[in-house]
Amino acid sequence: MKTDKIFKGILWISGLFLFFIFLLIFISLFKGSFLSIKSFGLGFLFSKEWNPVTEKFGMLPFLAGTLITSIIALLISLPFSLSIALFLGEYFKTGFISKFLSYTTDLLAGIPSVIYGFWGLYLLVPLIRKLEIKLHVTPYGVGILTASLVLAVMIIPYASSIAREIIKLVPGDLIEAGYSLGATRYEVVKKIVIPYSASGIFAGLLLSFGRAFGEIMAVTMVIGNFNFLPKSIFSPANTMASVIANEFTEAVKDIHLSSLIHIGLWLFIITFLINFVGNIVIKKFKVNERITG
Amino acid sequence: MEKILRIKNLYASYTDENWILKNINFEIFKNKITAIMGPSGCGKSTLLRCINRMHEVIPGAKVKGEIYLQDKNIFEMHPIIVRRKIGMVFQRPNPFPTMSIYNNVIAGYILTGVKLKKEEKDRIVEESLKKAFLWDEVKDVLHRKGTFLSGGQQQRLCIARALAMKPEVILLDEPTSALDPKATRMIEELLVELKKDVTIILVTHNQSQAGRISDYTAFLYMGELLEYGETEKIFTVPEHPKTQEYLSGKFG
Repeated sequence: MKTDKIFKGILWISGLFLFFIFLLIFISLFKGSFLSIKSFGLGFLFSKEWNPVTEKFGMLPFLAGTLITSIIALLISLPFSLSIALFLGEYFKTGFISKFLSYTTDLLAGIPSVIYGFWGLYLLVPLIRKLEIKLHVTPYGVGILTASLVLAVMIIPYASSIAREIIKLVPGDLIEAGYSLGATRYEVVKKIVIPYSASGIFAGLLLSFGRAFGEIMAVTMVIGNFNFLPKSIFSPANTMASVIANEFTEAVKDIHLSSLIHIGLWLFIITFLINFVGNIVIKKFKVNERITG
Repeated sequence: MEKILRIKNLYASYTDENWILKNINFEIFKNKITAIMGPSGCGKSTLLRCINRMHEVIPGAKVKGEIYLQDKNIFEMHPIIVRRKIGMVFQRPNPFPTMSIYNNVIAGYILTGVKLKKEEKDRIVEESLKKAFLWDEVKDVLHRKGTFLSGGQQQRLCIARALAMKPEVILLDEPTSALDPKATRMIEELLVELKKDVTIILVTHNQSQAGRISDYTAFLYMGELLEYGETEKIFTVPEHPKTQEYLSGKFG
């Protein structure tokens, strides 16, 4: 009885501790960006000028850079993650191939992001440069598209493992009902499995989006670090995370530093909201599944 | 009397080791209700699944022997054709939660990509729901999702969904075991009514149900068909001592 109480107490303390860390991070980010908030207010979100010399700061180029790279990455990875998820969650639930493929995708998730950055620099950048020469655009090699491709590969394991879990939750008796009506496997997948798991898959995508949003190292290495609004998908750009990584050590002026922290604050808020919504949808999906299935 | 299905030397298994069904031989009469009874694990559901090749959905399943629908061996037909001619209703009501009641009824057509005209769809939906005794209860909410229906209504919706494909035979795997007595009675009355149009094969755990509605009864024990004949005869003068023991409740 007594150990039970002590154990419960420890759990409570650790839980509260985590909550306080979360709160403290938010407070210190807010404090750190106070100068920037005071000078630029909400205009910080919409100003496209980022100029340490004139001390004018706005994060629109980085917000745009982050949104565009993450969305393109998501679109590129979607067919791959969905196929892997269907392959492992519906077609080959057990057996050697399934184990092999699921280990491989898990392994992808474990590769440090700096390695992805190197891979992007040495393999993708020259390829993109060749493509750019063919298309007659300035051959930077680095830029939005390169960053999106690297990000796409990085989020495949993440998105596919969430989608696979969701697809496995589709009740077997619905699938059987489909077969008993004379449907083929493809028809069952397309008209029963995917519609049933749509909301869960969407949430999985949202969580992968959150992951792409906050990715630092690999993106910083291949995006080109250019502080202007991107004009095309070949433009070099910067994301919210990459501009912080790039400029934090060299920011000497208070307002520059404060503006970088201000970007961090927004990054914190946005990724928090994305994860929050994604988790709620997944939780709802699981509860629904329990009631109907 | 016309026979619609002939099961000959049927063996079935899900593993390499032993047969779940051993040398099953019997014939099923058209427009009758045939009940398959027996203790848990005797192979009732497996036998039922073999009849429309749904056993193949389970990995590792294999069969030996023949099942003739009229004169065609179903194992030589395409499984999809077999399943269109021989419909199935499951133990737990399983309407598709993503579809409206209307679409659930014509789900077989939607899934297989058969395009129907609006009037044709309306007619099939109305006919099938009427046959399944569900029309009056749902005719005003056809375009809502079927998930708010009661268990009994959901099961009747599943019966309507099977009927919409105009099958020759309907297989029911303990269709009332998840339902309350009132809903059960309704389904039983419905099945008796339906046998005018289709042949019904019913796996049941419930002896009195088999006694009330079936015309023929097959008694399965440890994968073997011990006795098959008119329900009345099997219930009053069973030949096999095991059937007698089962009916008197000595095991189940």
